[in-house]
Amino acid sequence: MSNIPADLTYTAEHEWLTSDSPATVGITWNAQDALGDIVYLELPAVGTQIEAGSVVGEVESTKSVSELFSPVSGTVVEVNDEAVANPEIVNSDPYGAGWLVKVEVTSTGPVLTAEEYAAQVGS
Amino acid sequence: MSTARSTPLHDEHLALGASMTEFGGWMMPLRYGSDIAEHTAVRSAAGLFDLSHMGEIEVSGPGAGAALDHALVGWLSTLEVGRARYSMIAQEDGAVVDDLVVYRTADETFLVVANAGNAEVVLAALEERVVGFDAQVTFTSPEVALVAVQGPRAAEILLSLTAAEHQDAVSSLKYYAITPATVAGTDLLVARTGYTGEDGFELFVENGAAVALWRALLVAGEPLGLVPAGLSARDSLRLEAGMPLYGHELDLTTTPFEAGLGRVVRLDKTDADGAPVDFVGRAALEARKSSEPARVLVGLKALGRRPARAGYPVVVDASKLDLVIGTVTSGAPSPTLGYPVALAYVTPEYSAAGTRLAVDVRGRGEAVEVVETPFYRRPRG
Repeated sequence: MSNIPADLTYTAEHEWLTSDSPATVGITWNAQDALGDIVYLELPAVGTQIEAGSVVGEVESTKSVSELFSPVSGTVVEVNDEAVANPEIVNSDPYGAGWLVKVEVTSTGPVLTAEEYAAQVGS
Repeated sequence: MSTARSTPLHDEHLALGASMTEFGGWMMPLRYGSDIAEHTAVRSAAGLFDLSHMGEIEVSGPGAGAALDHALVGWLSTLEVGRARYSMIAQEDGAVVDDLVVYRTADETFLVVANAGNAEVVLAALEERVVGFDAQVTFTSPEVALVAVQGPRAAEILLSLTAAEHQDAVSSLKYYAITPATVAGTDLLVARTGYTGEDGFELFVENGAAVALWRALLVAGEPLGLVPAGLSARDSLRLEAGMPLYGHELDLTTTPFEAGLGRVVRLDKTDADGAPVDFVGRAALEARKSSEPARVLVGLKALGRRPARAGYPVVVDASKLDLVIGTVTSGAPSPTLGYPVALAYVTPEYSAAGTRLAVDVRGRGEAVEVVETPFYRRPRG
């Protein structure tokens, strides 16, 4: 069932990111699957300076809430308002339309390859 | 390795793609796909639940009614055959050991249904409390599966599988009543009870027949919109219906009075000779009834989008998060109502409907309003 695209990198906290800059950041298929139906997103505002490894938002489902950790340091340059308005697209398309933020990267924190992430989630 | 037990329907859940979770010592389906879709199906059509984790305990014998009057806070000896009653079992100090549904299946037979995680504790308490009465306690749970069909189409679905000679008994079954019937070729007990706020039925069936019954209900119900539903939907449905969940609204620090369920405590119950019944917890509950409660259970409607969760502090003012006047016991977004709801214990002075309060949602004050429960009441036709 798991879905871990090979061309992305990942964090141990279940975020994914692209390797370009600005980097696109979202949560993984496994993360949205574990959360269940996502009903609320709290994301940093455009212009916010964020630090790799720090909590920058919240992803809330019917059953629980999960913190969003930034995989990179830098400046938020775009926020997915469509996902904020319709959080269910994070469930239906976590690597596509359900992306969360784009960040102009100054440095990247510890990340995992698709293979390493797959090993962590046991798939 | 998990030591959680599996129900007879475990392989059915896996085949349906369920996400499984441990609950009350059992591996149970959390959801099969979307928990919101399952929730909505129960409100608009029907949902099928595996409740085999619940603990069935039979109390039987000429003194069974009297034994239960002593063991529980309710007045069960007055329960008519074929009817059910919501009750509780208390400690000597009045604290709630568990909340229960008690069915009288025959003149001298009662079926007590305990919460999964409390089944053994309730069993042990009942075994101890029937001593001296002409009654026996039997743990029937290991042989019994429980399947629920809940929702406005539940009766139609169940009747499509009910034997001709039992059609009338099932269709005319009252809320909180139970009858034997043959469903999908299996002899079982049909109760019109549930935990979702909808019309619905709970079917007590022997383990060996559970899979065939489950499959027959799915096939018969599918054209009418029935879907299998997991614990996640069960929890959001019961919360909308304002029903307590043991371990959240009720526990060993609570008496029925704080939970707004004082009506289940029957201090007026008498025995066959008309003498007051001394039940376990009586003295403490009598004293408790006449004293001012330190906290009461209220419903909270969130005015924003962030749901309060169990354990979050309730405060008077969103700008003063250190002035705590209560604690959330259950909270979730309400799929039916479109805003988050919660149950919380607060000090009585802040318990009136319409009172504006706030909840400390991870460091930020979120405005809420005290509202009457249930949050959702099904339209009655």
